[in-house]
Amino acid sequence: MTKAPNIDGVLLTMAAWLLALLWILPLVYAGWTAFHPAAYEIHFDLFAPLTLENFSNAWGQAPFARYFLNTTILVTMIVSVQVVLATFAAYAFALYEFPGKNILFALVLVQLLVTPDILLVENYATMRRLGLVDTILAIGLPYMGSAFAIFLLRQTFMTIPKELNEAARIEGANVLTLLRRVYVPLAKPTYLAFGLVSVSAHWNDFLWPLIVTNSVETRPVTVGLSVFAATDSGVEWSVINAATLMTSAPLLIAFLLFQRQFVQNFMRAGIK
Amino acid sequence: MKRTSIYAWLMLLPAMILLMAFTHYPALETIITSFHSTARGRRPSVFVGLDNYDRLLGDDVFWQVLWNNFLYAVVTIPLSIAIAISMALLVNRKLRGRSFARMAYFTPTVLPLIAVANIWLFFYTPGFGLIDQIRGALGFAEQNWIGQPETVLYAMMAVTVWKEAGFFMIFYLAALQTISPSFYEAAAIEGASRWAVFRRITFPLLMPTTLFVSVNAVINAFRLIDHIFVMTGGGPNNASSLLFYYIYQVAFREWDTAYGATLTVVLLLILSFLAIGQFFFLDRKVHYK
Repeated sequence: MTKAPNIDGVLLTMAAWLLALLWILPLVYAGWTAFHPAAYEIHFDLFAPLTLENFSNAWGQAPFARYFLNTTILVTMIVSVQVVLATFAAYAFALYEFPGKNILFALVLVQLLVTPDILLVENYATMRRLGLVDTILAIGLPYMGSAFAIFLLRQTFMTIPKELNEAARIEGANVLTLLRRVYVPLAKPTYLAFGLVSVSAHWNDFLWPLIVTNSVETRPVTVGLSVFAATDSGVEWSVINAATLMTSAPLLIAFLLFQRQFVQNFMRAGIK
Repeated sequence: MKRTSIYAWLMLLPAMILLMAFTHYPALETIITSFHSTARGRRPSVFVGLDNYDRLLGDDVFWQVLWNNFLYAVVTIPLSIAIAISMALLVNRKLRGRSFARMAYFTPTVLPLIAVANIWLFFYTPGFGLIDQIRGALGFAEQNWIGQPETVLYAMMAVTVWKEAGFFMIFYLAALQTISPSFYEAAAIEGASRWAVFRRITFPLLMPTTLFVSVNAVINAFRLIDHIFVMTGGGPNNASSLLFYYIYQVAFREWDTAYGATLTVVLLLILSFLAIGQFFFLDRKVHYK
């Protein structure tokens, strides 16, 4: 970099801070009201008493425990099936030559652009025919065959030297052993990156679950939160803000703890 | 067929079945449905040719949401990208509190859009939302930012930019780190100004990243509508409705699946054009190296 005069550096630093403050402000403001009594949501007072009452109110007024359970089941189910299926598919694409390979791969790539959630009219019809409407499985099923996972893993598997594969074959290892001993361990960073992106995507997903669920037993937290916030029964803002923070908390805390990994993995999954 | 081919097909089968069942099949089915009428009560769905498309051309709401979506994309994408580049440049140098700044920029990315919408809804609340409190302190009148057609779409754009800029920043940060310092040394010898350095060196070298980010941003501009549900419901008067939100309304509020499918075809067409565009761009990207 050019050696800038000092005053320049100070100005740039201040610009960075100012932008950072501006960026964090909405969240801080919501957080501030969530931790203070409802009376203070209208006027800011630095010495307002702290309270956790808003959180307990929110927790008590809607079945958030159940919503969290639903989301946890949903996300675990989606990500584990995605990873297993994509591992096999990626291995086939990366290591075998077979008729129809290019066409199939092109078909996989289509899903990178046309994601299942865009096709919600027809996917809802499919779920109705399968009798799966209002089940957690229905929320997860369309996402389980993931083009993104297949693509990322294929790219990774292709960078692993084929000699390794051949040597292991001569030793008499079968595909499963190979995957378990060589490919999966070597692709661990890719799995981590995909897992992180997929967990946060499905934790945050809203529209498709909104459509396909309609009961407390199946709703994920995002839909639960929207139902809670939309009831015009005079729920106070401070309580809604508490609920909002609560639903984002798991990812937010995970992010604050593992910031570097988060950023690196989002990046790795993004740059194809 | 060779034995390895059978292996390959077997390994692909489960993933491919799911993929096709929920992507390719519904995509084709959407196109077919768009040429039929919606079944109502005892009236079954029948082939109606281009009737739905005819209705589309005369549908004012459709043109309005399409225009809204266009505006939404045209404003949010360059703005998010400009802010993302600024953020990346700002935190790519040594400064006190760098990790705090990075965290502040990136945090909105990990929040669910639905939570982001709640936070901003509160922020915008007329009278006591933070924006109005600051305006009030400065002597301005109350403003209902998301209650009036003139401002609502821009208020929604602010939310999108806030949510996306930090995400795009990390790609720029990664790209900045790959730029060789020798470029900057050469520029320093030439005595180039900071702006000239950015315009002639940094920005062109960031071009592949910008293309990648833009494509993502365009897809998101047409796909992400969660915040509309919480903040405006598309109102007032469809002023903040986007194409995908309109599809939801038609298909799941009015239960007009055939017309919903017709609108979805338009969305699919837009995304396909993007895919073709991306293909050409990615081809050209190589020359930047």
